[in-house]
Amino acid sequence: MAASTTRRPDERIETIRRRWIFRHPAVIRAAHWINLVCLAVLLMSGLQIFNAHPALYWGSASTFDAPLLAVTNDETAEGAARGIVRIGDHTVDTTGWLGLSTAQGQATGRAFPAWITLPAHQDLATGRRWHFLFAWAFFINGLIYLIYGIESGQLRRRIVPQRDQIRHLGGSIREHLTLTFPKGEEARRYNTLQKLSYFVVIVLLLPMMLLTGLAMSPGFNAVLPLPALFGGRQSARTVHFIVTNLLVLFTLVHVALVLVSGAWNNLRGMVTGWFVIETTKTSDPGKTSYPGKTSYPGKGR
Amino acid sequence: MTRAPNRRGILTGVAGLLGSAVLGGCDRIAGSDWGRRTLKLGEDANLFVQRLLLTPTSLAHEFDEGDISPRFKPNGTIDPPDDGYKALVQAGFATFRLRVDGLVEQPQDLSLADLRALPSRTQITRHDCVEGWSAIGKWTGVPLGEVLTRARLKPNARYVVFHCADTMEMAGGGLEGGDVAEIEAGDGGPNGRPIRYYESIDLTDAFHPQTILAYDMNGKALPVSNGAPLRLRVERQLGYKHAKYVMRIEVVERLSGIGDGRGGYWEDRGYEWYAGI
Repeated sequence: MAASTTRRPDERIETIRRRWIFRHPAVIRAAHWINLVCLAVLLMSGLQIFNAHPALYWGSASTFDAPLLAVTNDETAEGAARGIVRIGDHTVDTTGWLGLSTAQGQATGRAFPAWITLPAHQDLATGRRWHFLFAWAFFINGLIYLIYGIESGQLRRRIVPQRDQIRHLGGSIREHLTLTFPKGEEARRYNTLQKLSYFVVIVLLLPMMLLTGLAMSPGFNAVLPLPALFGGRQSARTVHFIVTNLLVLFTLVHVALVLVSGAWNNLRGMVTGWFVIETTKTSDPGKTSYPGKTSYPGKGR
Repeated sequence: MTRAPNRRGILTGVAGLLGSAVLGGCDRIAGSDWGRRTLKLGEDANLFVQRLLLTPTSLAHEFDEGDISPRFKPNGTIDPPDDGYKALVQAGFATFRLRVDGLVEQPQDLSLADLRALPSRTQITRHDCVEGWSAIGKWTGVPLGEVLTRARLKPNARYVVFHCADTMEMAGGGLEGGDVAEIEAGDGGPNGRPIRYYESIDLTDAFHPQTILAYDMNGKALPVSNGAPLRLRVERQLGYKHAKYVMRIEVVERLSGIGDGRGGYWEDRGYEWYAGI
């Protein structure tokens, strides 16, 4: 691109080429955004359902006197209401967020605050309706994604690290710690940690959500003894909640990394399919080199 | 110096606006008629799949004595305010008669002694409340199928409705247990008509081997807080289907004429009729 016309024999010329690559096929893009909507509705309606009995247990039945975790409220020594989260014997004051929060201008005793539950007001029946409808949408969307992904080879390319990537796992960790991500040809593929995290989400966490969800159903229990996989129905409910937290954590990290590793390029990629990679070509000293020569004949515009 | 709006700023603003519009919109969707119908699709699919996978005899898991919860949490009504029910308690349920009628050839009036004389089934099962908690209890009772077989169903029988003793609210807007005298004033009283708990199941569940009318819990007579003298156990569904204080069993062809027509007290308030999940 910007090359000086007069140069010394030992001068290096750096040319940066912007190359358009078609990164995300339509099915993958559609599945991604449908998944976002589904997971958002599932999270918010799930918190509505959790609010109906905001305590978690381990085993088949609830041990009401000794929950693993309980979101509730009590009064301080001065008589002021406060929201608390109790984990085992530990109590954390969470007033304003958990246990006690403001809903329609009033301090209300509720586990998760109104702004994050669906519906906002306490309504278990409607929360369940939202949850089940979008669980089906999520399931069907996921099925299409998997079938397409396996059939087209996209899934493997996206979630299974290649041999050289596994060898350089340390490098990938360093890149994430310093937030300097691969450029050029290397940016054509997902990096190692990226693939591994997608692998964990797609192969482990999302199927776990489905299984723990079904394990809570007395109907499905009569078909398959799913609760036994998790140590009982209440354990399954607890695992459902923990994996929800892991998925939220994944989403936060995912969005953060999308933003720091080229927000517009990444977003454009997932919306239009087109992604830009920048390759830097350094000419050998003394040799003539012009940018046109390495031009990439692939798809471009 | 004024800063030109950057793309990121605009995007954040748009996302925020969209977010709040979506949230407000969700409630409007859930409140509209087509929205309610659409939301219900998920549950229709649940019912379809469960009907597909569950054979009429697929059993709910049965537990061991050691798994029984030390306290079986009573939920919903735990002490019916109705005078008629209180009189039954006073008499130690000696005057209790379970009425079986509707689409049957031979209506029945069964005392507790009659019910105990019928074949019985004991099962240790997990009770799953729609709220999310579970408790394990041991139930002894007469299989509902035994009672229905004795009453002989008419060919057009499709649903079994359980009418319960406990008044949940007054149709005029009064609250549960607010004024027992008013509740007993019954139809047309100043506070309106009492709305009592009721439930319904179809014949598949009615004749399921684990569907019983339980009179004992954990080896003792069922306590008032858990539904004395008789409660339904329908083990492949959630807690609110397990009607307590069952007074009358009515066999019907359709549910539309009862309550608000959706097959149960909670169903009339938005909960699904088939509560398998």
